[in-house]
Amino acid sequence: MGTYLVRRSLLMVLTLFGISVLIFVMLRLVPGNITDIIFDSAGFVNERQKKKIERELGLDQPIITQYGRWIAGLAKGDLGYAYVSEKPAIDEILPRIPVTAKLAALALFFSILFGVPLGVISAVRQDTTLDYVLRIISLSGLSLPSFWLGLLILMAFVHWTGWIPIYQSSPGNLWKEIALLSIPAAAVGFRSSALVMRLTRSSMLEVLRQDYIRTARAKGASDTSVNYDHALRNAVLPVVTIIGIEAAFLIGGLIVTETVFNIPGVARFLVEAIRWRDYPIVQNLVMFIAVVVVVVNFLVDMTYAVLDPRIRYEG
Amino acid sequence: MARTSNGTVVATVVLALGLAFPPPVAAQKSGGILRSYNSSNPPSASIHEEATIATAMPFSAVFNNLLMFDPTKPRNGLDTIVPELAESWKWDASRTRFTVTLRRGVKWHDGRPFTAKDVQCTWYRLIGKDPDDFRKNPRAIWWRNISEIAVNGDFEATFVLSSPQASLPALLATNLSPVYPCHVALKDMRTKPIGTGPFKFVAFDSNKTITLAKNKEYWKPGRPYLDGIQYSIIASRSTRTLAFAANEFDLTFVADITAPLVGDVLARSPKAVCELAPTGVSTNLLVNRDRAPFNDENLRRAMTLAIDRDAMNSILALGKSSISGAMLASPHGKWGMPKEMLMSLPGYGGAPAARLAAARKIMADLGYGPAKRLKVKVSTRDFQAFKDPAVLLVDQLNKIYFDAELEIVESSVWYNRAIRRDYSVALNLTGSGVDDPDVTLAEGYACKSERNYTNYCNPQVERLLAEQSQEVDQSKREQLVWQIEKILAEDAARPIILHNVAATCWHPHVKGHVLHQNSIYNNWRFEDVWLDK
Repeated sequence: MGTYLVRRSLLMVLTLFGISVLIFVMLRLVPGNITDIIFDSAGFVNERQKKKIERELGLDQPIITQYGRWIAGLAKGDLGYAYVSEKPAIDEILPRIPVTAKLAALALFFSILFGVPLGVISAVRQDTTLDYVLRIISLSGLSLPSFWLGLLILMAFVHWTGWIPIYQSSPGNLWKEIALLSIPAAAVGFRSSALVMRLTRSSMLEVLRQDYIRTARAKGASDTSVNYDHALRNAVLPVVTIIGIEAAFLIGGLIVTETVFNIPGVARFLVEAIRWRDYPIVQNLVMFIAVVVVVVNFLVDMTYAVLDPRIRYEG
Repeated sequence: MARTSNGTVVATVVLALGLAFPPPVAAQKSGGILRSYNSSNPPSASIHEEATIATAMPFSAVFNNLLMFDPTKPRNGLDTIVPELAESWKWDASRTRFTVTLRRGVKWHDGRPFTAKDVQCTWYRLIGKDPDDFRKNPRAIWWRNISEIAVNGDFEATFVLSSPQASLPALLATNLSPVYPCHVALKDMRTKPIGTGPFKFVAFDSNKTITLAKNKEYWKPGRPYLDGIQYSIIASRSTRTLAFAANEFDLTFVADITAPLVGDVLARSPKAVCELAPTGVSTNLLVNRDRAPFNDENLRRAMTLAIDRDAMNSILALGKSSISGAMLASPHGKWGMPKEMLMSLPGYGGAPAARLAAARKIMADLGYGPAKRLKVKVSTRDFQAFKDPAVLLVDQLNKIYFDAELEIVESSVWYNRAIRRDYSVALNLTGSGVDDPDVTLAEGYACKSERNYTNYCNPQVERLLAEQSQEVDQSKREQLVWQIEKILAEDAARPIILHNVAATCWHPHVKGHVLHQNSIYNNWRFEDVWLDK
């Protein structure tokens, strides 16, 4: 196990290095840089002023020098300065991470809370009315675009309560913030729970047909024990994988939800930074998301071993 | 303002004080935070370095100008200018020296005194005479005539011009021309600006909020009424209009409500006040006159005739947009041609069917027809406001034997391509900061303008541009402007398709706000605004 962990950690570092090169190069392959965008917003181009800004921002340096400067800064915890706001990138990025993390955690909580039990119920009650109803709900969760659902929720709130649940300034305390975020989280969680539910159902159906389930029933185990102790524990592995993927997605992929509910999170900020070619923000944010994905994947692998004792990671 | 016999225009202090300090009305209430929103994140807080209203609207309240357009009069013009930091102003006999007498006792928000040196260094930065010049200077062409700013003591400054320029007071009066403090670095002006205005800058949190607080030491007694202004930056149009309906905001962002959306807003907030006004942005056609076959003036003329402005107007803006030449027409604009004169220009008068027939005939004479269509890409920027009219333009061109196809250009490289003239036919949107020919015509059609995307250069137009710029008599200047307009239309030089309109809405408890009709950039000081709550 120890060797596996060392090997896995090295692989993580290597993956992150590869991602850093990829982000850096790809960003610079996209047409236009910050100076183009700065002038685009003013409707004219002045080559002298453009060159001056490029010099100020170090964009006139060879790409390898720029990369080296970024990585060296990263190693020291210096993320550089945002091109647009001219503030330290860390000050721009850091306040947004907790907001996104809370939203993602809540959405994930909803998806597990509803997805797993309803998936089990749907499988156990296969081809009953309840199963059909749950399948229709899950299908609609997967097919309704989240921006449409989000707007519908906002319109309903404005119409029925005269209040709009959007994020304008930080709510006074954590509970108020959670209450506010739970509405967009429910919109996102609806889609995620539908995914989790369908996967749980299909996985459960497969497991429920296994010989050991029949054996458990023959031994007189209760339905609850068979369904949850024997079947679910074995069926949950692919569900854990998808939850891991969803968790990673939720950190950087909630662009539409953050936009519709005006949440000052990572995803919306990232899109805005890409639009402005704000390299320090984009590079560091994508690296942050990459770290989250890599770590979550690692945790998912570790969870496999906990859930299924037959899985052992050898060096 | 009174005009003296020697042609010198003087604003008397008495009149100035009367206009600057209208007597307060008893019902006005002090206090409260005005809540509005910004539809996009401002690139910076520095008005001089930006051309976007996303910067001008929220940050105008931090500053003062030397002169300003009378906040109570919705149509800006040379005749509606009132004092702000300049108590009075005068031209010399040669009209090349414009002297302003500055208000005493005005302080910057950091407590330092405002002096003539600040005026000097602001305009030296704008004309490139200060080593600490602006990172970008989008309105450099406005100040091309200024050769020097002479300072006489702390409270008098003179703009020395290389040639007379009648529009100078108007250029100084727009919210796009605030006075900056000499002692503050330009980087700080982009991130935490300091002004002399009615509100102090508190915070600019990128993509979140802009917060301003009342300047308790404001030089104008009793102003502002509000305790502060808070802008939330909300990217989604649906979200912000719903939030306005839910009373989360007192005022929408300027011109944020499109004509078709006004009905929706009023359905949700029946008591809201929504005013439709020109946005200062025109939709226009760019034709690359250096590239064959578009170097043929007959082909360009056929294209002009093919544009059906009324159809575009009714589809895009429920018929509410303004149709005129380069200058915005009455009742909103000051300089547009009279309707009968406009209708005599190619592409404007007559029935659309007759214009279409004439355009087809020209195309047929050039050898095109149903069997031989002119294949072309119509380029436009990847913004909805550009793409919608571009789609209609493609359709209209295809009616005169074009085989036009839409080419969407990534937004960040759009102006690079336009300036390189890397297009054959393109549809563009162009904003104008002040309703004055020295801005609109000079920026769009002067030979050396950075925004002359078609590279149109006509010596006759150049001469008339210079002539109108120097002309003091408004009616004579108007005649010169209309002559220019006529030449531009006949040359099919960047035909203006529509002057766009959009609405700004506020709830009835917002009092004292007058929406200016011919510039979205003006009257955002909010010093006379109060909340009746």
